[in-house]
Amino acid sequence: MISGAEIMAECLKNENVQIAFGYPGAAICPFLDYLYRSPIKNVLVREEQNAAHEASGYARASGKPGVCVATSGPGATNLITGIATAYMDSIPLIVITGQVSSELLGRDVFQEADITGACEPFTKHSYLVKSAADLPRIFKEAFHIASTGRPGPVLIDVPVDIQAEEVPEFVYPQKANIIGYKPRTTGHAMQIKKALSAMAEAKRPVLVCGGGVVLAGARDELVAFAQNSGIPVVSTMMGIGVVPMNSPLYLGMIGMHGHKNANRAMHEADLIILCGARVGDRAVSAPEQMGEKATIIHIDIDPAEIGKNVTAHIPIVGDIRLVLRDFIEQSAVSVPKEWIDAVLRYKKEFVPGGEPDNSSGFVEPRSFMRVLSSLMEEDAILTADVGQNQIWAARNFNVKEGRFLTSGGLGTMGYALPAAIGAKLAKPRRQVLCICGDGSFQMAMCELGTLCQNSVNIKIIVMQNDRLGMVKEIQDNKYGSRYAMTLLQGNPDFVKIAEAYGIPAALATSNEEAERLAREMFTSDRAFILVCRVNPDAPTI
Amino acid sequence: MKYTLSILVENQPGVLSKVSGLFSRRGFNIDSLAVGITEDPAISRITIVVNGDEYIVEQVEKQLNKLIPVIKVKVLQPGMFISCELSLIKVNCQTKQRAEIMKIVELMHAQIVDVATTSLTIQLTDNDEHTQTLISLLKPYGIKEIVRAGTLAIEKGPTTARKQNS
Ligand SMILES: Cc1ncc(C[n+]2csc(CCOP(=O)(O)OP(=O)(O)O)c2C)c(N)n1
Repeated sequence: MISGAEIMAECLKNENVQIAFGYPGAAICPFLDYLYRSPIKNVLVREEQNAAHEASGYARASGKPGVCVATSGPGATNLITGIATAYMDSIPLIVITGQVSSELLGRDVFQEADITGACEPFTKHSYLVKSAADLPRIFKEAFHIASTGRPGPVLIDVPVDIQAEEVPEFVYPQKANIIGYKPRTTGHAMQIKKALSAMAEAKRPVLVCGGGVVLAGARDELVAFAQNSGIPVVSTMMGIGVVPMNSPLYLGMIGMHGHKNANRAMHEADLIILCGARVGDRAVSAPEQMGEKATIIHIDIDPAEIGKNVTAHIPIVGDIRLVLRDFIEQSAVSVPKEWIDAVLRYKKEFVPGGEPDNSSGFVEPRSFMRVLSSLMEEDAILTADVGQNQIWAARNFNVKEGRFLTSGGLGTMGYALPAAIGAKLAKPRRQVLCICGDGSFQMAMCELGTLCQNSVNIKIIVMQNDRLGMVKEIQDNKYGSRYAMTLLQGNPDFVKIAEAYGIPAALATSNEEAERLAREMFTSDRAFILVCRVNPDAPTI
Repeated sequence: MKYTLSILVENQPGVLSKVSGLFSRRGFNIDSLAVGITEDPAISRITIVVNGDEYIVEQVEKQLNKLIPVIKVKVLQPGMFISCELSLIKVNCQTKQRAEIMKIVELMHAQIVDVATTSLTIQLTDNDEHTQTLISLLKPYGIKEIVRAGTLAIEKGPTTARKQNS
């Protein structure tokens, strides 16, 4: 005989899970007991939301679904922001929650929450398990659903009595077979032909690289296609890092906080090839006008993305990697020289903001991002929080062979620190740098405990402006500088906070100091917190 | 414009709320909804009538297809399907009006399913238009209660909205 709890641990082993992030409670204890006895590393977080973010950082760095675990009721509800964050960015997660005993379901007993119901809009799929015998099938399906098609979080809610229930044997299914779920991966041949002829005719084509390219592992293909065809590339925030920023035809990030030259190229294009980009409102402010000026080719694994925000002239449903391979094989695109000359000129005209002002007593954030990227290894992973710090990083950090992880869809403050911990645990040999604002850092500061407990060597930059900078900037522009709820008075001494955890830390109040301390930071093999004092009036762009 | 969607789903708890949740989350109102099992007891069919434009219907169809327990979604083409709805109508009826009402019921191919001294309950299985006609004919007598099931729809001819083989 084998218990449901043991089956759950066995399923994870069968899926080659190496690490689970979580927080305990009585309703998940049976499972945790087997998880503890398994070879899977358990990471105790300090608040459940961060378990989901850590699993998300892990998933994004490793390319495998991240696993997080919580108890019933408040444990499960604390996960919701993390689940929604992953859902919006299409990150594969397996979320395991304990639930009250089956016979008590629906009676509002202690620590009961209808978590499958609450997470309905934020999960790709969810299960409320009714029998231990269903667990192997459910886990097999969950991993399949989370990691195929358009990836996303899958929730498995397991009542505590089902974890204790004994069944005769454990057999892990070879394959998941779900009648209604058969994602299409190869692009339609006719549509590919149409797309290629549109590219051959185009005078001013632009490739838009979105987060879908990262998720599809289609980075090499995208770079190869861009190089072969000579089509200039712009990226959304989620697509940053796919094309090394120093490549000649990379123009930068589009959108509200994007680079002027990238937006300009988009605006003048007569053909826009959207690759795994969902045309979010931050990336494209007037999607309805986009199709008036240009022919639009939209490639996405999720058919529901096509036509959602922008009407595509040539829709292609499929795995970007396979579609781009088809493009590479069949294309003979030659981009008119005038267009190339024009975009290169725009690029030359572009002046990155933020020249170091050495007298001010502050670190200039934009130039400091450029310094940081020059000091780091080519394949370093960068995480950024939400706010000015995110835009400073997205616009100025030069991502080469590495990755840029941020909460692009939901825009969740408090994401960067836990995501960095997850990413480092997935890729221990790569440098991981986490950039936060003082507001967002405080939303996840408790994870310094998790960091210490697991000796995670990440480097944390706190951009301290004693403001919720991005909102403060909105208040300056629109609300007569009335700083309602944006002044972070009562900020602690972050260096002392770090000391309290035994983490080396330092404060930088000038560009030179910041650069010197950053150099020092990267030579150490321990975590480090570098607090940078930033002018509260420093602009985002 | 009204659109009729025929949706095949796995017969599991929670599926109906997933399906209806998709509509409410986007602020689309469901005009009518009917669910029942099909020739295969593991599979249910949901028929939904929604009022909207082409964009809304296309979005709903695509979003429905994303739900894991949804097997197939078909938007039925106007004029190409038969639809009907079951209605129970309780109407005031004094003894002297009984013959009159019975005449209307007969003309409309409805049935009387319950008779009491001061009321009659009428059952009708027909499309929305005829149901509306019957209701308006009965209105002068004083309608006490109407209970309507959602619309059911099936394609004309040999075509089916079933899942393909398997
Ligand atoms: C959980 C959450 N709450 C509120 C917001 C709204 N918001 C967006 S940016 C921002 C300010 C961020 O301040 P800080 O982290 O100090 O970074 P800065 O903008 O100063 O770099 C806020 C409050 C959010 N994105 N996430």
